[in-house]
Amino acid sequence: MTTQAARATDGLRITGLVKRFGDRTVVDDLDLTVHPGELVSLLGPSGCGKTTTLRMVAGFLAADGGSIEIEGKDVVGLPPERRPSAMVFQNYALWPHMTVFKNVAYPLRLRRLPKHEVTDRVEHVLGLVNLLHHRDSRPATISGGEQQRAALARALVQEPQLLLLDEPLSNLDAKLRVKVREDIRELQQRLGITTVLVTHDQDEALSMSDRIAVMNGGRIEQVSAPDELYTDPRTEFVAGFVGQLNSLPGRLVGGRLVPEEGLLTGVRPEDVRLIPVDEPGASAAGHAPQDRLRGRVVRVVPRGAFHELVVEVEDRTLHSLAVGQSLPVGQEVYVDLARPLLFRDGRRLQER
Amino acid sequence: MGRVALRGLLAVAVITLCLFVFGPLLWLASQAFATSWTYPNLLPDGLTTRWWKVVLDDPALGAAVQNSLTFAPLTVLISALVCLPAAYAFARREFPGRRAMLIGLFATNAFPKMGLFATMASLFYALNLMQTVLGILIVHVIGTVVFMTWIPAAAFASVPRSLEEAARDAGAKPLRVFFTVTLPLALPGIAVAAIMSFLASFDEAQGTYLVGAPDYMTMPTQMYSLILNYPPQVAAVFSIMLSVPSVLLLLLVRKHVMGGHLAEGFQIR
Repeated sequence: MTTQAARATDGLRITGLVKRFGDRTVVDDLDLTVHPGELVSLLGPSGCGKTTTLRMVAGFLAADGGSIEIEGKDVVGLPPERRPSAMVFQNYALWPHMTVFKNVAYPLRLRRLPKHEVTDRVEHVLGLVNLLHHRDSRPATISGGEQQRAALARALVQEPQLLLLDEPLSNLDAKLRVKVREDIRELQQRLGITTVLVTHDQDEALSMSDRIAVMNGGRIEQVSAPDELYTDPRTEFVAGFVGQLNSLPGRLVGGRLVPEEGLLTGVRPEDVRLIPVDEPGASAAGHAPQDRLRGRVVRVVPRGAFHELVVEVEDRTLHSLAVGQSLPVGQEVYVDLARPLLFRDGRRLQER
Repeated sequence: MGRVALRGLLAVAVITLCLFVFGPLLWLASQAFATSWTYPNLLPDGLTTRWWKVVLDDPALGAAVQNSLTFAPLTVLISALVCLPAAYAFARREFPGRRAMLIGLFATNAFPKMGLFATMASLFYALNLMQTVLGILIVHVIGTVVFMTWIPAAAFASVPRSLEEAARDAGAKPLRVFFTVTLPLALPGIAVAAIMSFLASFDEAQGTYLVGAPDYMTMPTQMYSLILNYPPQVAAVFSIMLSVPSVLLLLLVRKHVMGGHLAEGFQIR
């Protein structure tokens, strides 16, 4: 067990970070701590300041205020070449005039290591990312996934105290993306590298992170473990950004919606249960028929393992997930809403 | 039917173009080996290599070849040293007057050359630069400034910034980044600019004549006196010699620049 004082100086610690472009504040008083060996994602829509934050940590952008500490050392005043971080760029940024080997060896050559040590370390990381067979290939002649691994190898070979991943999977096709994110996560955990990942893709963040920081408008809305982020969102933005959400004005009272100023009820699609009105015993379950929401299925979207049903309730549409048997379009249904999330002015109310 | 007519028309166009391009060259080549060639005859009166001997044996012409082969590479070197840093600044830095200066570089090419050289000559007299190598080099370098700035500036600008950032991130200081990443990637563009500068300097006659003659004669300036003082066959021989470097350089460009790694392209960007 580390003491509180020691922990405060480990990993990455960002305090009060500010960045302005002209009179626009892009990063607004941001605090974030990443513990040693942890992978934290910065998740948010484009323009939320996540990439700006990462570029300030890497040293490509000067901060207008605040501090960035890596392993207890403030790096705000240092140029990128003197920071103990290594970055994997969104477009990989491999040097096209060098072979894969030379790309990966470049950081070590700068450190004037003996030749045999350079070769050993480069071959070791190329082995880690399974790219030894391409050591003498030019980047333009290998596939996107291989380029991505080469870029990762170039970062890992530096044995950085902090690994920065800028949308590392966005240039890969969907199938490869799933495999590569598992590979990266496995490698990151095995090597125990403190890592910050920037992404706009919630799947990527949910599947790779120890914790996720959801950003919006230059601020962090919530930092939580993936499961908690989904089941216990603290703001309406987080609930809507991570996973799907049906937003209904007002509050649920005994199965019906009661309008109330500033109040909003959110329900996940898997918590919207549909019961056909003509099903035997449908009206017997729970409340009396006149106290229940009633709607009609207007669209059925097959999603593979399940169906997504679009239901019209009064003048609103709700999304519902149905595993197994789907309902026909036009079916009249009772709508039961479970586990509602209640928000007042965008912030979650903890009452149930 | 229509297709056949179209093909016939195309063939005529191709032949006309070939005649237009290669006709004068063919005439020039024949002339260089002709004993004499008088008006009504379609072919030269006889063949000889006499004119080549005349050119190669003439000490003045030999000196001109030597001068040309000294001034052109020197011009490229000086032009590169002066213009490449400027090109990098134009490509990567924002500074006041950037656009105005970039456009202003064209000014040297916008005015009639002879007028520019006449005023330069009066300045050169005052500075004792007439009949000097330095004076000639200044004239030549001025003629190459546009190539040596604009083309490399475009080449520098086309190097993705993330490639430079990746090098910084890997631990390289800015100067090192320039020499290991930016410069190698911009090299094809710089090579094109160097070749065009070389050719511009190699062909420059007006300014050289004004500033250098009669002490420093280059191949193009020597052409003037050749046309006046020798039979046309000698001028033909000299023209062919003058075109050799251009042709060699063009072949070099085709082989190295167009097949280079920049042409492979970045599929990632």
